[in-house]
Amino acid sequence: MPVRIQTEDFDAGAEIAALRRSDPKVGAVASFIGVCRDGSGDANDGDPVTKMTLEHYPGMTEKALEKIVDEAKKRWKVMEVLVVHRVGELKPTDQIVLVVVTGAHRGEAFAACELIMDYLKTRAPFRKKEQTPQGARWVEARASDGEAAQRWEPPKSSAA
Amino acid sequence: MKVKVLYFAGLREQLGKPGEDLELSASVSTVAGLRTLLMARGGAWQSALAQGKALRVAVNQDMAQPTTPVKPGDEVAFFPPVTGG
Repeated sequence: MPVRIQTEDFDAGAEIAALRRSDPKVGAVASFIGVCRDGSGDANDGDPVTKMTLEHYPGMTEKALEKIVDEAKKRWKVMEVLVVHRVGELKPTDQIVLVVVTGAHRGEAFAACELIMDYLKTRAPFRKKEQTPQGARWVEARASDGEAAQRWEPPKSSAA
Repeated sequence: MKVKVLYFAGLREQLGKPGEDLELSASVSTVAGLRTLLMARGGAWQSALAQGKALRVAVNQDMAQPTTPVKPGDEVAFFPPVTGG
């Protein structure tokens, strides 16, 4: 199963080792870890984040992530893909998401890993709620995430 | 026809419920039609589902468009733009 949703933390090293399975054909392992961050001091979000709750739409989340993994595998010659995403209560410095892609060469592994994260940010039904000293607030989607996902789309024809 | 409607995240809080089973008349056949029907309840429904509010809709756990058909037994979910990762 290339997609896992869980409340518990993950061990990236162990996950990568399991995915590689000592396969001598693997020449590249690209991975990404998303971490819960205290954005206080940022231009956009001012308040310190003490805690975050991640909720999702069970069933659709797995389905959406599997589609994203399939899309990446269709575009690039990669071997194995793993996506682990945590839900529930998290605090700054906690790991949130792990994406690992193995392949023969780095270019395709990097690209697949990046596409998976960009699509995850815009297509997988997760929602973050931050606790700040000012109270709880749902995190708003960022326009930059939409733009990051957009660059993987084929250019739209301008034909009328 | 019977459909199951789900509300997530901030929407669930604004509407005060996680979802409901609805009996729809034959005149409601698309996502847009269902949204209009729910908005007609007024109050929080009117404001939370107002046109122009960025909302995502999924039908049977696949992202849908306003024109996506709604059929008997479907599961229709409304939620704000996603923020995972």
